[in-house]
Amino acid sequence: MASVSKATQKKAGAETTTQRSTREFARDVRARALQMVHRASASHIGSSLSMTDLLAVLYGGGILRVDPARPDWPERDRFILSKGHAAAAGYATLAEAGFFPIEWLDTYCQDGSKLPGHLTRGVPGVELSTGSLGHGLPVGAGMALAARADGSPARVFVLLSDGELDEGSNWEAILFAAHHGLENLVAIVDYNKIQSFGSVAEVMRLDPLAEKWRAFGWACREIDGHDHAAIAEALSVVPHEPGKPTAIVAHTIKGKGVSFMEDQLAWHYKSPNDEQLAQALAELEQEKPQ
Amino acid sequence: MRNTFVNALCDLAEQDERVWLLCGDLGYSVLERFSSRFPRRYINVGVAEQNMVGVAAGLALSGKVVFIYSIANFPVMRCLEQLRNDVCYHNLSVKTVAVGAGLPYGTHGYTHHGIEDIAVMRTLPNMTVVAPGDPVETRLATAALLAHEGPGYLRLGKGGEPTIHQSAPDFQLGQALTLREGDDVAIIATGAILAEAVKAADLLAAQGIRAGVLSMPTIQPLDTAAVLRVAERSPLVVTVEEHRPVGGLGSAVAETLACAPGPHARLLTCGVTISPSVVGSGAYLRERNGLDAAHLAQRIAQALVGAPSAQPVR
Repeated sequence: MASVSKATQKKAGAETTTQRSTREFARDVRARALQMVHRASASHIGSSLSMTDLLAVLYGGGILRVDPARPDWPERDRFILSKGHAAAAGYATLAEAGFFPIEWLDTYCQDGSKLPGHLTRGVPGVELSTGSLGHGLPVGAGMALAARADGSPARVFVLLSDGELDEGSNWEAILFAAHHGLENLVAIVDYNKIQSFGSVAEVMRLDPLAEKWRAFGWACREIDGHDHAAIAEALSVVPHEPGKPTAIVAHTIKGKGVSFMEDQLAWHYKSPNDEQLAQALAELEQEKPQ
Repeated sequence: MRNTFVNALCDLAEQDERVWLLCGDLGYSVLERFSSRFPRRYINVGVAEQNMVGVAAGLALSGKVVFIYSIANFPVMRCLEQLRNDVCYHNLSVKTVAVGAGLPYGTHGYTHHGIEDIAVMRTLPNMTVVAPGDPVETRLATAALLAHEGPGYLRLGKGGEPTIHQSAPDFQLGQALTLREGDDVAIIATGAILAEAVKAADLLAAQGIRAGVLSMPTIQPLDTAAVLRVAERSPLVVTVEEHRPVGGLGSAVAETLACAPGPHARLLTCGVTISPSVVGSGAYLRERNGLDAAHLAQRIAQALVGAPSAQPVR
């Protein structure tokens, strides 16, 4: 069961989409996320943009075996966005994938909305309410354990931020998943190198990050988190090593896709004004193949 | 109580394949009877309470009913945010079991005393907080928490608690159990300290004071109707708990009385009030806190005549 994005719906029966369609998917998610945070004067757009290509390949590229028509399908793959503050791109991705109407995105962070500023279960397609960091991987490990115990083919994908790895609870789960050989668990780190107060290197060094995962007993691969072919190649067949959980350290750029937001700490907090939104959308438009 | 709990859980797991048990590397010589019978539904997650709760939430999101087991405040405080966000926010069937809550780990020191756990747990949304008074209540509470959908907290003593109920009472979550009738004073006890409360009622009876005794195994939601019923009949209500009165049963009963139209009884709250640095056995610490039967009877008798020594022990 491939995920059903607009692109895949057009190509009925296709197991995966072309690289171009995941690019389109990513561009649409970026544009919607920008409009959402602009309308809501919300923060965290940089965090949304850095992981958008990962989400586009997971949902738009047929990696995740999910079905928007049956969000509770027991054998579905689980996706947990542990960095729940990147909710704008998270919701936009689910809407683009067909889990709920696109119009809901207009209500992001509005009074009485279904869509609060951190990803919240109850919204179709959201598996876990997140927002406080360091929660996704332990819960994902429990889901992977349950799937194995039940003989289910479901796999569990958890997307974490780099700053989030400061939380000790992650390392408890990393030990646990390796000890129990949870080969149906995949952790993806959106390694954009910037956390709340500055660079990861300044605040709390993670390097050598891939070596840490390997030392803890995971199979770990480093990729360019904006290269759709590389993302698809890394995620299309898991586990990478039998008997081990899989970690993907995805090197990314905070604010990716909007020139004046790229690699800028300020866009962890700021919301674009009218002119900035227009410029950002224009830049995304230029990306379109002529 | 811990043996009663594990035996009850084994019986339930035999009937219900959803039942899993996780522990945080504690429960040696107690949990083996579960792990040997149900090895595929038992995991020692190691000394890692945050991960234990997260894994339990993931299992519960996949249809399991998960009991997580550790001692005193370890499965409550270290992992409180996991309980709040992962379990309670999602209203999941994860049941936290704390063994040795209260003062049974006396000489281990304050790090091993579970005396603020009720206060913490009863503020969480969807959480049912249960502190059985004896092994009979423990067995019934375990079954009731399994049958109840959603988060639960089972606060247990350690071992060797006396059996108070001679026959199985009609146990319902959220309902008090009447052990003694008597309107001169109403004693409400929660948890393993119930035995001292019953003995105190006997001592008071010898002085001609007729004390009613309610066991209050469920603190959240509280049986407010039972509290108000005894508070209307008796001039004095006394709460007894191996816990700080602040935030515990004493507070829960005070909140109930304060919100009810009067006139109703005065309240004496008996709980753990002395400094955390006092060292001693569980029995010694009960005495120092005025929670043993003799001190309770004395404090209640004094409170009935309005004496100042009815104030909390320091």
